[in-house]
Amino acid sequence: MPIDDAVRQQILDTIPSLRAFAISLCGNVDRADDLVQETMVRAIANIDSFQPGTNMSAWLFTILRNHFRSEYRKRRREVEDADGHYADSLKSQPEQHGHIEFREFRQALSQLPSDQREALILVGASGFSYEEAAHICDCAVGTIKSRVNRARNRLAEILHVRDGEDFGPDEQTRAVLAGSK
Amino acid sequence: MTMTDNNRDKAVGQEKPMDSGAARNRKNDVKPAKLGREVQARLGQQLRAVYDDVVSQGVPDRFVDLLKQLDNKDNKDRS
Repeated sequence: MPIDDAVRQQILDTIPSLRAFAISLCGNVDRADDLVQETMVRAIANIDSFQPGTNMSAWLFTILRNHFRSEYRKRRREVEDADGHYADSLKSQPEQHGHIEFREFRQALSQLPSDQREALILVGASGFSYEEAAHICDCAVGTIKSRVNRARNRLAEILHVRDGEDFGPDEQTRAVLAGSK
Repeated sequence: MTMTDNNRDKAVGQEKPMDSGAARNRKNDVKPAKLGREVQARLGQQLRAVYDDVVSQGVPDRFVDLLKQLDNKDNKDRS
Protein backbone atom coordinates (compact mmCIF):
# COMPACT_ATOMS: atom_id res chain seq x y z
CA MET A 1 0.00 0.00 0.00
CA PRO A 2 1.61 3.31 -1.07
CA ILE A 3 1.46 6.39 1.09
CA ASP A 4 -1.92 8.00 0.68
CA ASP A 5 -1.74 11.00 -1.69
CA ALA A 6 -3.40 13.32 0.79
CA VAL A 7 -1.03 12.21 3.52
CA ARG A 8 2.00 12.69 1.28
CA GLN A 9 0.82 16.20 0.44
CA GLN A 10 0.27 17.01 4.11
CA ILE A 11 3.82 15.91 4.90
CA LEU A 12 5.24 18.03 2.08
CA ASP A 13 3.17 21.02 3.18
CA THR A 14 4.57 20.75 6.70
CA ILE A 15 8.26 20.53 5.74
CA PRO A 16 9.01 24.28 5.39
CA SER A 17 7.60 24.99 8.83
CA LEU A 18 9.21 21.87 10.28
CA ARG A 19 12.61 23.10 9.05
CA ALA A 20 12.07 26.53 10.62
CA PHE A 21 11.21 24.86 13.92
CA ALA A 22 14.22 22.52 13.68
CA ILE A 23 16.58 25.44 13.03
CA SER A 24 15.19 27.25 16.05
CA LEU A 25 15.79 24.14 18.17
CA CYS A 26 19.35 23.32 17.17
CA GLY A 27 20.62 26.59 15.69
CA ASN A 28 22.29 24.94 12.73
CA VAL A 29 20.78 24.54 9.28
CA ASP A 30 22.61 21.32 8.34
CA ARG A 31 21.78 19.65 11.61
CA ALA A 32 18.20 20.91 11.30
CA ASP A 33 17.82 19.35 7.85
CA ASP A 34 19.15 16.05 9.20
CA LEU A 35 16.58 16.29 11.98
CA VAL A 36 13.81 16.85 9.44
CA GLN A 37 15.03 13.89 7.39
CA GLU A 38 15.14 11.60 10.44
CA THR A 39 11.66 12.84 11.37
CA MET A 40 10.30 11.92 7.92
CA VAL A 41 11.82 8.44 8.08
CA ARG A 42 10.24 7.89 11.50
CA ALA A 43 6.91 9.33 10.39
CA ILE A 44 6.66 7.08 7.32
CA ALA A 45 7.72 4.03 9.33
CA ASN A 46 4.91 4.79 11.79
CA ILE A 47 2.39 6.21 9.35
CA ASP A 48 -0.19 3.65 10.50
CA SER A 49 -0.30 5.33 13.89
CA PHE A 50 -1.29 8.62 12.29
CA GLN A 51 -5.04 9.10 12.36
CA PRO A 52 -6.31 10.66 9.12
CA GLY A 53 -8.19 13.84 9.82
CA THR A 54 -6.04 14.76 12.80
CA ASN A 55 -3.37 17.44 12.71
CA MET A 56 -0.46 16.22 10.56
CA SER A 57 1.82 19.13 11.38
CA ALA A 58 1.35 18.69 15.15
CA TRP A 59 2.14 14.99 14.71
CA LEU A 60 5.35 15.68 12.77
CA PHE A 61 6.42 18.46 15.16
CA THR A 62 5.98 16.04 18.06
CA ILE A 63 8.15 13.38 16.39
CA LEU A 64 10.84 15.94 15.56
CA ARG A 65 10.86 17.40 19.05
CA ASN A 66 11.03 14.00 20.76
CA HIS A 67 13.82 12.91 18.46
CA PHE A 68 15.74 16.13 19.06
CA ARG A 69 15.31 15.80 22.82
CA SER A 70 16.66 12.26 22.93
CA GLU A 71 19.60 13.25 20.72
CA TYR A 72 20.14 16.33 22.86
CA ARG A 73 20.27 14.26 26.03
CA LYS A 74 22.86 12.00 24.43
CA ARG A 75 24.91 14.93 23.23
CA ARG A 76 24.73 16.74 26.55
CA ARG A 77 27.10 14.15 27.95
CA GLU A 78 29.55 15.18 25.25
CA VAL A 79 28.87 18.90 25.15
CA GLU A 80 28.76 20.41 28.59
CA ASP A 81 26.91 23.64 27.89
CA ALA A 82 24.30 22.89 25.27
CA ASP A 83 22.80 26.38 25.18
CA GLY A 84 26.25 27.93 24.97
CA HIS A 85 27.00 25.53 22.17
CA TYR A 86 23.83 26.64 20.44
CA ALA A 87 24.79 30.30 20.77
CA ASP A 88 28.27 29.55 19.40
CA SER A 89 26.88 27.73 16.41
CA LEU A 90 24.74 30.77 15.66
CA LYS A 91 27.71 33.10 15.83
CA SER A 92 29.87 30.94 13.63
CA GLN A 93 27.30 30.53 10.87
CA PRO A 94 25.45 33.81 10.50
CA GLU A 95 25.24 33.51 6.72
CA GLN A 96 23.36 30.25 6.88
CA HIS A 97 20.59 31.95 8.75
CA GLY A 98 19.63 34.27 5.96
CA HIS A 99 19.18 37.99 6.27
CA ILE A 100 21.56 39.98 8.38
CA GLU A 101 18.84 42.22 9.84
CA PHE A 102 17.48 39.35 11.87
CA ARG A 103 20.83 38.70 13.52
CA GLU A 104 20.17 40.71 16.64
CA PHE A 105 16.81 39.06 17.15
CA ARG A 106 18.28 35.60 16.56
CA GLN A 107 21.00 36.28 19.07
CA ALA A 108 18.38 37.31 21.62
CA LEU A 109 16.35 34.20 20.83
CA SER A 110 19.43 32.03 21.33
CA GLN A 111 19.82 33.38 24.85
CA LEU A 112 16.45 32.01 25.97
CA PRO A 113 16.29 28.71 27.84
CA SER A 114 15.42 26.02 25.31
CA ASP A 115 12.00 25.18 26.79
CA GLN A 116 10.96 28.84 26.63
CA ARG A 117 12.31 29.22 23.10
CA GLU A 118 10.41 26.24 21.73
CA ALA A 119 7.16 27.32 23.42
CA LEU A 120 7.44 30.82 21.98
CA ILE A 121 8.19 29.52 18.48
CA LEU A 122 5.34 26.99 18.49
CA VAL A 123 2.76 29.54 19.64
CA GLY A 124 4.18 32.77 18.22
CA ALA A 125 5.51 31.60 14.85
CA SER A 126 4.28 28.10 13.95
CA GLY A 127 0.74 29.14 14.77
CA PHE A 128 -0.19 26.32 17.13
CA SER A 129 -2.74 26.89 19.86
CA TYR A 130 -1.59 26.69 23.48
CA GLU A 131 -3.31 23.29 23.67
CA GLU A 132 -1.49 21.95 20.59
CA ALA A 133 1.85 23.31 21.83
CA ALA A 134 1.25 21.65 25.22
CA HIS A 135 0.55 18.37 23.44
CA ILE A 136 3.72 18.68 21.33
CA CYS A 137 5.87 19.50 24.38
CA ASP A 138 4.09 16.94 26.55
CA CYS A 139 3.29 19.41 29.33
CA ALA A 140 0.34 21.31 30.80
CA VAL A 141 -1.30 24.20 28.94
CA GLY A 142 -0.50 26.50 31.87
CA THR A 143 3.17 25.57 31.60
CA ILE A 144 3.23 26.58 27.94
CA LYS A 145 1.50 29.87 28.73
CA SER A 146 3.99 30.71 31.43
CA ARG A 147 6.96 29.73 29.25
CA VAL A 148 5.68 31.95 26.43
CA ASN A 149 5.21 34.86 28.83
CA ARG A 150 8.65 34.46 30.33
CA ALA A 151 10.18 34.17 26.86
CA ARG A 152 8.49 37.40 25.71
CA ASN A 153 9.56 39.30 28.82
CA ARG A 154 13.12 38.10 28.51
CA LEU A 155 13.26 39.00 24.79
CA ALA A 156 11.93 42.49 25.49
CA GLU A 157 14.56 42.86 28.17
CA ILE A 158 17.45 41.70 25.96
CA LEU A 159 16.32 43.82 23.00
CA HIS A 160 15.35 46.82 25.18
CA VAL A 161 11.94 47.13 23.57
CA ARG A 162 9.18 48.95 25.38
CA ASP A 163 5.98 50.69 24.41
CA GLY A 164 6.72 53.99 22.72
CA GLU A 165 10.37 55.00 22.53
CA ASP A 166 13.10 52.42 22.82
CA PHE A 167 15.44 54.05 25.32
CA GLY A 168 16.13 57.02 27.56
CA PRO A 169 13.17 59.34 27.98
CA ASP A 170 10.80 56.45 28.48
CA GLU A 171 12.95 55.04 31.26
CA GLN A 172 13.02 58.43 32.96
CA THR A 173 9.32 58.91 32.54
CA ARG A 174 8.68 55.55 34.07
CA ALA A 175 10.91 56.39 37.03
CA VAL A 176 9.08 59.70 37.57
CA LEU A 177 5.69 58.02 37.31
CA ALA A 178 6.74 55.30 39.70
CA GLY A 179 7.98 57.95 42.16
CA SER A 180 4.73 59.92 42.09
CA LYS A 181 2.56 57.00 43.09
CA MET B 1 -5.08 57.27 69.70
CA THR B 2 -2.64 56.32 72.47
CA MET B 3 0.85 57.67 72.79
CA THR B 4 2.35 54.31 71.85
CA ASP B 5 0.41 54.14 68.60
CA ASN B 6 1.40 57.67 67.80
CA ASN B 7 5.09 56.89 68.32
CA ARG B 8 4.87 53.80 66.24
CA ASP B 9 3.28 55.75 63.41
CA LYS B 10 6.06 58.27 63.58
CA ALA B 11 8.75 55.64 63.55
CA VAL B 12 7.17 53.87 60.62
CA GLY B 13 6.68 57.17 58.85
CA GLN B 14 10.37 57.98 59.17
CA GLU B 15 11.47 54.74 57.67
CA LYS B 16 8.95 54.81 54.90
CA PRO B 17 10.76 56.82 52.18
CA MET B 18 13.81 54.57 52.21
CA ASP B 19 11.81 51.35 52.36
CA SER B 20 9.45 52.14 49.55
CA GLY B 21 12.36 53.39 47.44
CA ALA B 22 14.22 50.13 47.88
CA ALA B 23 11.10 48.13 47.14
CA ARG B 24 10.53 50.13 43.99
CA ASN B 25 14.06 49.56 42.73
CA ARG B 26 13.83 45.91 43.49
CA LYS B 27 10.58 45.71 41.61
CA ASN B 28 12.02 47.44 38.55
CA ASP B 29 15.11 45.26 38.52
CA VAL B 30 13.58 41.87 39.05
CA LYS B 31 10.11 42.03 37.65
CA PRO B 32 9.73 43.98 34.41
CA ALA B 33 6.40 45.67 33.85
CA LYS B 34 3.86 43.56 32.02
CA LEU B 35 4.52 43.90 28.30
CA GLY B 36 2.22 46.23 26.46
CA ARG B 37 0.42 45.26 23.29
CA GLU B 38 2.77 47.30 21.15
CA VAL B 39 5.84 45.46 22.45
CA GLN B 40 4.17 42.08 22.08
CA ALA B 41 3.19 42.96 18.53
CA ARG B 42 6.73 44.04 17.65
CA LEU B 43 8.29 40.92 19.13
CA GLY B 44 5.75 38.73 17.39
CA GLN B 45 6.42 40.45 14.09
CA GLN B 46 10.19 39.89 14.34
CA LEU B 47 9.73 36.30 15.46
CA ARG B 48 7.51 35.53 12.47
CA ALA B 49 9.90 37.32 10.12
CA VAL B 50 12.80 35.12 11.26
CA TYR B 51 10.65 32.01 11.02
CA ASP B 52 9.03 32.87 7.69
CA ASP B 53 12.46 33.54 6.25
CA VAL B 54 13.06 29.78 6.45
CA VAL B 55 9.49 28.81 5.55
CA SER B 56 9.71 30.84 2.33
CA GLN B 57 12.58 28.62 1.17
CA GLY B 58 9.94 25.98 0.47
CA VAL B 59 10.70 22.26 0.29
CA PRO B 60 14.33 21.48 -0.61
CA ASP B 61 14.68 18.80 -3.32
CA ARG B 62 16.31 16.34 -0.92
CA PHE B 63 13.02 15.99 0.95
CA VAL B 64 10.93 15.49 -2.18
CA ASP B 65 13.37 12.75 -3.24
CA LEU B 66 13.42 11.24 0.22
CA LEU B 67 9.64 11.00 0.30
CA LYS B 68 9.62 9.23 -3.09
CA GLN B 69 12.31 6.87 -1.87
CA LEU B 70 10.44 6.09 1.35
CA ASP B 71 7.22 5.61 -0.59
CA ASN B 72 8.86 3.06 -2.92
CA LYS B 73 10.48 1.24 -0.04
CA ASP B 74 7.12 1.14 1.67
CA ASN B 75 5.58 -0.45 -1.42
CA LYS B 76 8.23 -3.16 -1.63
CA ASP B 77 8.06 -3.91 2.09
CA ARG B 78 4.36 -4.48 1.92
CA SER B 79 4.05 -6.40 -1.32
